[in-house]
Amino acid sequence: MSDTAPVFQLDTTQSDTLILALTGDWIQGAGAPDFNDLRTNLNALSPKTLIVHFDNIEQWDSILMAFLLQCSNHCQDKGIALDTTSLPESAQRLLDVATAVRPHQRPEPGDYHWLTSINPLRMLKATMGNIRESLAFIGEVAMALANLVVGKANTRYVDFRAFCYQSGPDAFAIISLISILVGMILGYLGAVQLQQFGAGIYVADLVVIGTLREMGALMTAVVMAGRTGAAYAAQLGTMQTNEEIDAIVTLGISPMEFLVVPRMLALVVMMPLLTIYADVLGILGGALVAGGMGITPLQYFNQASAAVEMNHIMVGLIKSVTFALLIAVAGCRSGINSGRSSAAVGQAATQAVVTAIIYLIVADAAINILCQQLDY
Amino acid sequence: MIDAPPPIEVRDVTMAYGDFVIQRDLNFPINQGDIFVIMGGSGCGKSTLLKHMLGLIAPAAGDIVYSGQSFVHANSNEQERMRQRWGITYQSGGLFSAMTLAENISLPLQLYTRFSPKERMEIIAYKLALVGLDGYQDYYPSEISGGMRKRAALARAIAMDPDILFFDEPSAGLDPISSRLLDELIVQLKESIGATVVMVTHELPSIFAIATNSVYLDANTRTMIAYGDPRELRDHSEQAVVRQFLTRSSATKIEETA
Ligand SMILES: Nc1ncnc2c1ncn2[C@@H]1O[C@H](COP(=O)(O)OP(=O)(O)OP(=O)(O)O)[C@@H](O)[C@H]1O
Ligand SMILES: [Mg+2]
Repeated sequence: MSDTAPVFQLDTTQSDTLILALTGDWIQGAGAPDFNDLRTNLNALSPKTLIVHFDNIEQWDSILMAFLLQCSNHCQDKGIALDTTSLPESAQRLLDVATAVRPHQRPEPGDYHWLTSINPLRMLKATMGNIRESLAFIGEVAMALANLVVGKANTRYVDFRAFCYQSGPDAFAIISLISILVGMILGYLGAVQLQQFGAGIYVADLVVIGTLREMGALMTAVVMAGRTGAAYAAQLGTMQTNEEIDAIVTLGISPMEFLVVPRMLALVVMMPLLTIYADVLGILGGALVAGGMGITPLQYFNQASAAVEMNHIMVGLIKSVTFALLIAVAGCRSGINSGRSSAAVGQAATQAVVTAIIYLIVADAAINILCQQLDY
Repeated sequence: MIDAPPPIEVRDVTMAYGDFVIQRDLNFPINQGDIFVIMGGSGCGKSTLLKHMLGLIAPAAGDIVYSGQSFVHANSNEQERMRQRWGITYQSGGLFSAMTLAENISLPLQLYTRFSPKERMEIIAYKLALVGLDGYQDYYPSEISGGMRKRAALARAIAMDPDILFFDEPSAGLDPISSRLLDELIVQLKESIGATVVMVTHELPSIFAIATNSVYLDANTRTMIAYGDPRELRDHSEQAVVRQFLTRSSATKIEETA
């Protein structure tokens, strides 16, 4: 086989009619010339006609076609007549097929500088829009719940039961692990400080109050945001991609009643139960640490039971219900607003978790401040 | 006799995604008992037009009128009532993947009818038998083939004996025999329940076999350039593009090789 480098030559003897001579092997790896070189020449000469001469080329493949296609598109844009009659018939046909549909012109996306993305005004506007949409979503959910109360909602009990199972019993293992460990962390944290004052026994109070009021509900919520919130977003996002949500709407069913309400209610029912379970295990975790410090289980539980008060438990439960609502709103909203592609579904799941955790921390702080003010 | 308003009328509709106009000035009626085909090259906006007709996306301008009643301006209760008289299949199926075929078909029946559970099961078996899928009641959509999903979606669409049937590419991906059976089924359904059928399809054999009326959306001029019986359009349309589309000849310089 001959190994001649592919080159083009522009014959410029006539200024109106240029002859483009292509020679060599126009194949992959042979180093075909760049079309931009030809473009510069053409722009400088601005001819009326371009005749392609196809001389003793023995081999050619898509490299040649890609070059010719750019050539043809350029000539169309500039109104240059292109004569390709000397091409082999097969290349001619391929070029015809490739140029049958003009390249799609994407509408200009507007002139954005990357700095505009950190423009505080624009960020504020985006955040406000986000909050407004969230509120609208919550409003729609509230109307769906009202319909449920008067018995007019298209919510299926079987769905509710299935989601209860998914978000409750299925989460037992991970909740157990996390809450025992968090109880132990609280225990160590208190033990080191309290022993300096000879008040080691009060570690029980610290673990009980810390778990009941704060960590039990919060850690359960964080786990559920990652587990269930993301799952809700992925389920609803996939349904969006699959046109299932379209099908629901056109069956005359409200997606809020049919999809969001059972998911939300399942979380609202299961989260307080999981929180109580996490509380018990957290206090047990504290006992393990206390045992290591020479406090007997009897002493620990005696002290602990004195520290358990109804209002601590209530604060934890109120938090867990609030968190459940927020996780469900974040998950379902991201899912329903998801785009229609696998990448968009992934984004929806990520967004669900991130939003849910932000909501959780803000709500937790707000409830703590409220309790402090109310002296509860 | 006073003429009843046509079941569907597309009035001055402009479709756009953002600033990107896809089609403008669409104006045509769809008459009672028609099998109406929306035709056009890929990407010209057929699915989008169907989404506007179904009220899934509001058109950028214009209105869709059902039996004289505007859909765009109707309140959500009225829209819901109008929707209950429709049966729809989507381009990607739209079956509920978390439910079995029986549950999929049963859902609209449970919501809008008062059949006993036993009657419901019988109706489900009948609708599945119509599309050749009796016995697949307890399969999930992911457990059957793509063509079977299309047919199952059709079974769900006809569950309620709708007045208007919308199909987005019902026979794409079906083998020639199933596709002919589907055509026959559509005609049968239309005659037995007196439905009006609106479908998006590229399948020329199926268009000539069953369609009674059609519209052609052109991607270049961004509007409708032909309206009428597709057989008439094939032979007598003034628009060369439409004749070429319907005779499968290419709009490019390539000559048909025998
Ligand atoms: N979500 C979207 N955002 C922006 N543009 C879109 C979106 N969906 C569709 N389009 C554009 O709208 C145009 C029409 O799309 P549509 O799906 O209606 O085409 P179609 O006629 O149904 O094509 P096909 O026959 O291939 O199904 C296309 O050019 C497409 O690029
Ligand atoms: Mg389509």
